[in-house]
Amino acid sequence: MTELNAKIPEGPLAEKWANYKAHQNLVNPTNKRKLDVIVVGTGLAGASAAASLGELGFTVKNFCYQDSPRRAHSIAAQGGINAAKNYQNDGDSIYRLFYDTIKGGDYRSREGNVYRLAEVSNEIIDHCVAQGVPFAREYSGLLDNRSFGGALVSRTFYARGQTGQQLLLGAYSALSRQIKLGTVKLYNRHEMIELVVIDGKARGIIARDLITGKLERYFGHAVVIATGGYGNVFYLSTNAMGSNASAIWQIFKKGAMFANPCFTQIHPTCIPVHGDYQSKLTLMSESLRNDGRIWVPKNKEDAEKLRKKQIRAKEIKEEDRDYYLERRYPAYGNLVPRDVASRAAKERCDAGYGVGESGFAVYLDFEESIGRLGKYVIEERYGNLFQMYEKIVNENPYENPMMIYPAVHYTMGGIWVDYELMTTIPGLYCLGEANFSDHGANRLGASALMQGLADGYFVLPYTIQNFLSNEIRVPRMSTDRPEFEEAEKSAGDRLSKLMRIKGNKSVDHFHKELGKIMWEYVGMGRNEPGLTKAINLIRILRDDFWKDLRIPGNLDEMNIELEKANRVADFLELAELLALDALERKESCGGHLREEYQTPEGECLRNDKDYMYVAAWEYTGGNNPYKMHKEELKYEEIEVKQRIYK
Amino acid sequence: MNFSFLRFSSITKKIWMSLLGLFLMVFLILHLGINLCLLRKDPTWFNDAAYFMGTNYVIKVFEVILFGGFIFHILVGIILQLRNWRSRPVRYKINPRTDTPFFTKYMIYTGAVVFIFLVIHLMNFYFIKLGWKESPVPSLPNGHPDFYVVARWLFSQPFYTVLYIVFIIVLGVHLYHSFRAAFQSLGLNHKSYNSSIETFGIVYSIVIPLGYILIPIYYLI
Amino acid sequence: MDFTLKIWRQKNAKAKGKFVTYNLKDVSSNCSFLEMLDILNEQLVHQNEEPVVFDTDCREGICGLCSLYINGRPHGPDDAITTCQLHMRKFKDGDIIVVEPWRARPFPVIKDLMVDRTAFDAIIQEGGFISVNTGGAPDANAIIIPKEAAELSMDAAACIGCGACVAACKNASAMLFVSAKVSHFALLPQGKPEAKERVRKMVAKMDELGFGNCTNTFACEVECPKLISVSTIARMNREFLWAKIG
Repeated sequence: MTELNAKIPEGPLAEKWANYKAHQNLVNPTNKRKLDVIVVGTGLAGASAAASLGELGFTVKNFCYQDSPRRAHSIAAQGGINAAKNYQNDGDSIYRLFYDTIKGGDYRSREGNVYRLAEVSNEIIDHCVAQGVPFAREYSGLLDNRSFGGALVSRTFYARGQTGQQLLLGAYSALSRQIKLGTVKLYNRHEMIELVVIDGKARGIIARDLITGKLERYFGHAVVIATGGYGNVFYLSTNAMGSNASAIWQIFKKGAMFANPCFTQIHPTCIPVHGDYQSKLTLMSESLRNDGRIWVPKNKEDAEKLRKKQIRAKEIKEEDRDYYLERRYPAYGNLVPRDVASRAAKERCDAGYGVGESGFAVYLDFEESIGRLGKYVIEERYGNLFQMYEKIVNENPYENPMMIYPAVHYTMGGIWVDYELMTTIPGLYCLGEANFSDHGANRLGASALMQGLADGYFVLPYTIQNFLSNEIRVPRMSTDRPEFEEAEKSAGDRLSKLMRIKGNKSVDHFHKELGKIMWEYVGMGRNEPGLTKAINLIRILRDDFWKDLRIPGNLDEMNIELEKANRVADFLELAELLALDALERKESCGGHLREEYQTPEGECLRNDKDYMYVAAWEYTGGNNPYKMHKEELKYEEIEVKQRIYK
Repeated sequence: MNFSFLRFSSITKKIWMSLLGLFLMVFLILHLGINLCLLRKDPTWFNDAAYFMGTNYVIKVFEVILFGGFIFHILVGIILQLRNWRSRPVRYKINPRTDTPFFTKYMIYTGAVVFIFLVIHLMNFYFIKLGWKESPVPSLPNGHPDFYVVARWLFSQPFYTVLYIVFIIVLGVHLYHSFRAAFQSLGLNHKSYNSSIETFGIVYSIVIPLGYILIPIYYLI
Repeated sequence: MDFTLKIWRQKNAKAKGKFVTYNLKDVSSNCSFLEMLDILNEQLVHQNEEPVVFDTDCREGICGLCSLYINGRPHGPDDAITTCQLHMRKFKDGDIIVVEPWRARPFPVIKDLMVDRTAFDAIIQEGGFISVNTGGAPDANAIIIPKEAAELSMDAAACIGCGACVAACKNASAMLFVSAKVSHFALLPQGKPEAKERVRKMVAKMDELGFGNCTNTFACEVECPKLISVSTIARMNREFLWAKIG
């Protein structure tokens, strides 16, 4: 492998993107329709990319494993999307959004990429409004904003508690229009199983039709992967049941490097775990922290009584409550970034102050804001979230404070990409949560939607042309080529191998076991002995998986257990890389807390001297150890400091 | 006849359905007005009205529209229903337990009952007027059928009276859902007037059938 | 809690299906309905039987993928939820629960409880969008939208496309879904230029696909997990009428 080259354009930070666009190669309109682009995934990044490429005139093939593009898990994003519009006149600017994102990411992301993200953020809002996304408005008819963690300004645009849904429906509507126009062909209920590489370039995929079970071959002059993050490696997460890492793991094994896998985000406000039959965790939007106050009892005896349900939260007197975020971080208070809030919750619960039956929960209390603003206002702002909470927990959050606990939510790590969002395989691109590029070690709230749409609408449609302009003389290739044949065979072999195990344990059994290992040793607090142990346990579990898995049914038909097994097989490999990366990064930063490296006050202790780099892992074939490459991070515009939210 | 209505979109059919329905509802009021003349011992009012209805040219034109309206309303209703049955080829094992107003689901059946009544009613009166059927009672001196006596003669038969009352109740049920539904189909649904429409619909579907039922009851007493 | 489940099993789209009875014991009342089915499937896998196939993804009531007609109601015996948000505490110990796939001509069964709802996508492709290409949009605040219009539009846009309206309707009509989409755009100034064409095309497609007609029973409104009002249907009727005569 050659040295990693991020291809950051020359020039001052604020002019890099403009310079890039001014000098990049473009494809002329008549050549565009002769070029095929495969887009895997239909979330914010995938759908917006497929739609925009279709609008430009490329021939696009778009894949999703669900029945419709609109089901992609971007739809579940609740809170909002950031943009540096400064509509509130509160001092926001592109630079400030850029700065907050870099700082929020604990100085582990690239200046160039993040600045571009902040720059295009405004265009995203303009475009979404033009598409008909019904953002919240003031009585004047102008757009409304709210604030999110890690920012001192109100720059978050929102559509009630369903911003992700509305943005995805916007992208989906654009995509639907292109499907009707014939520029995009949609393959629903299809899952990518293999990448096809021809002469060193990504030229196609092997996908499994989930209804018939057949493997199919698809050619593309370029391949775009936008399949989301790998949070489900923890089994319990806020991701959808089907969210998986198989596409990114397959391209990793074909030569795309995987960057910073240990940077996973634990979201502080989720509904606590309530039983081992549980299949997923539900997020309560970060926006709740605008009006909710987080606390635990000051006295352990009170916490004990609350756990045993001998007393109720309301009976704890004001002076006996510990609003620990407000206490520790007076400047940001309840709106500290997610990693900080999650760690603080864990710290309190580990110290014995947790509430809820398990003791692993803290209160998110609206009593004060209901008193100040009235129940009506709170209902208007968060009604659907309160209803969601009540349905799950069977308790009325208007009367009793909500109970919350951190849960795996997002993965900042992902496939390594350069400034053009191209992976280390030419012609292979990676967008959205699936790539690693913009959030460093911690993502700020309302930035995922921004990044997904930035990548899909405004970055990839430009940068991909820089590559495709050299491909105009390449005719569409036959899928009978040996490379396709070989890829299909290897995909088929792998699936048959899974079917042939015929052991005794279900896929879910292995997935749950993996989740327990990951949460215990590779979750919120990590340390060397734990990580070493985790790697061993994962290997043992993986061996067991390949010996004792049972999949009923057949290969050549719809088989949901086989689908899951294929995904879990990949998680079992990815988990090890994640733990390995966490072990190698001997510092604490953002969502990655190594317990050995903390300040006396329990804050992250970064080591900029030795670890200010992106760890990009390379698969070297077979069972060989993964090889790490370093992309040094250089900060020219920003002064690197300790992250302080006090 | 032009059958292009078969190709109308579902909403166009619905709009026609409701327009015709509302038109027929207006007719029901007019008809009731004439029927109430039966309450007088003196037959002249009723017979004069019947004579007017039978001979006036404006009314004759309206008669065509009315018949057209009935036929169209029924035809479109049947077409809609046939399609509705076809849209769920495999039925549920458990009957729906969704909480909806009871009679809304049976419009085609109440409609069919009303249709049967309409046929009987036409045979009893309209056919006589057309001369297709012999009047069971002597004609008026001017040669026109004496519908006043026909009506009294019919209501003197208990079987017919009971049938009549049952049919009118079914008509009431049909109307009960129709009124608000017609406005909904025409796109008129707003919280500022929904309750008025609903109240008016309920009042209409109770008062009009009551008016019709009043006549045989009055005769019985 | 113990339950007797009668579940529709059907090998594939062409096969003839039948109800199969399963008994499930010791289910926690805090378990969600789909987690209860997960437990059943775990048991089936242990018996080397094929698990029951049903659509599910986000499990937080927003993706619209989960379906199921449970004891005579789409999304089961609770209001304003999807099946994944239904909890077993809504049932009584010992209940018999009949689970059927959604039935409608345009929603053919794929396998067991999984149905094909791509008919909805086909309707959207006809006009459920504003024809704006990426780039070149005016500043977001250049379009002033009254708060009330934005809120009403959002009410309609909240539709998750699950198809409960079709499943609940005795006529398998898709009017609530289509009208939600039509209303979402019709209420916004950006959506006005294409409003007439949009409603005409979407309704034509809806008819073509074989959905039934609306007979105003309003069952769709009762079962809609996102509480979309039938007033959106009236709005679509209005829009449609206007598109025809205006």
